[in-house]
Amino acid sequence: MATDIIIHDKKDNVGVVVIEKITPKQDCSCWIMEDDSSTTIKSEDEIPLGHKIAMVDLNEGDTILKYGHDIGKVVKSIKKGEHVHVHNVKTKKW
Amino acid sequence: MEIPKSFLGYKRENGRAGTRNHVIILPVDDISNACAEAVANNIKGTIALPHSYGRLQFGADLELHFRTMIGTGSNPNVAAVIVIGIEPKWTKKIVDGIAKTGKPVEGFHIERTGDIGTIMKASKKAQEFSQWASEIQREECPISDLWISVKCGESDTTSGLASNPTVGNLMEKLEPLGVHLCFGETSELTGAEEVCATRGITQEVSAKFMKTWSNYNDFILKEATDDLSESQPTAGNIAGGLTTIEEKAFGNFQKIGNLKFIDVLEPAEEPTKGPGLYFMDTSSAAAECVTLQAAGGFNIHLFPTGQGNIIGNPIEPVVKLTANPLTAKSMSEHVDCDVSKLLSREMNMSDAGDELIKTTLRVANGRLTCAEALGHREFVMTKLYRSA
Repeated sequence: MATDIIIHDKKDNVGVVVIEKITPKQDCSCWIMEDDSSTTIKSEDEIPLGHKIAMVDLNEGDTILKYGHDIGKVVKSIKKGEHVHVHNVKTKKW
Repeated sequence: MEIPKSFLGYKRENGRAGTRNHVIILPVDDISNACAEAVANNIKGTIALPHSYGRLQFGADLELHFRTMIGTGSNPNVAAVIVIGIEPKWTKKIVDGIAKTGKPVEGFHIERTGDIGTIMKASKKAQEFSQWASEIQREECPISDLWISVKCGESDTTSGLASNPTVGNLMEKLEPLGVHLCFGETSELTGAEEVCATRGITQEVSAKFMKTWSNYNDFILKEATDDLSESQPTAGNIAGGLTTIEEKAFGNFQKIGNLKFIDVLEPAEEPTKGPGLYFMDTSSAAAECVTLQAAGGFNIHLFPTGQGNIIGNPIEPVVKLTANPLTAKSMSEHVDCDVSKLLSREMNMSDAGDELIKTTLRVANGRLTCAEALGHREFVMTKLYRSA
């Protein structure tokens, strides 16, 4: 089965879309690079290539983990399967 | 894949080897650009490197200017140099700096002669240099003569997933063969700075990195607007799915694979601790960064891109790779190495690293990069602060 989403690290709570786009209610296959394992997720939004999908429900103030590391904070709650980007996540730096 | 042990390069007087054989016409300052460009127009086989600065600079900013000028002329991809400045003193300083390599270099100043007389005198010397350089043949050089710099641009999430780790895979394979390697982009390690610091080979090197990063970060915090004026991440980064500087930084960091760095270099500083990986303090703007790395002596550059940065450099060939299938398709004339099959998992990381090694060696042996064929010659000096 083709891979729709790649996840860097087992700890990550987001994955990256690697096909042109995924559509709402699509059953997506995910590959976790760190341990070469697989999982699936149902998308809630249309998400284009390179953009992130939430692998779990996330609340305001939660930390986004990618590469197994902190890449920012949730500023608007996100449901599993929804698009994760600048509208709901911000840097903890600048 | 068995990695070739040699490439065909141009051996230089100081023991280094070039992947290119340029004769450059180097203006000391902005007002000498016209003269330099006229000489390069007169004499085939030469290129002018116009830029915007070189007057009324002082202190560390002026030192960086000289280091960049002298380093550019000293780069082994350059066979010979004509230096043209408005006045004799700074012109001579640059000529003397380049002359230490043993390569042919001659300086001309415009005051008391004017553009036309200077163009005539400099053109005669440039013709001599160009014809002399045209007879230099490529010879077999050990792969350790490659000094490889890296910098990514117009990154998106495919950079961190695939094209940057491809560069990391190449680094892991080439470091044991004695090549020099260099990464930079101080601001774009923000968020990953503590993880990056752990890659210093000693505590001293790690501390030097943190000090360099903190200096830059303090400056950014002082000048920053609340979103850094859409510069980090850029609009292109965001369109490509990158959300925060931290995410961009961890993606960026994939370029050094599992290596440790042996020293932290000032902008445009030449490494002196032997083969291995170096961090250079640079801006994350593509042309500025590559210009500094070329001035540090690096003779081939690897540039992973997501959304499609098109940068080139006049003396250091810039090899571009992408893992973004849309970029590979829609901007194919800019892509030297397509690793987009990593995303569809039709290619594994080691295969991608091997592909990039093959492409790098073809370019080292003389194949023009996409950027060279398209005429990209971005030469951009880094300026630290306002002039006097």
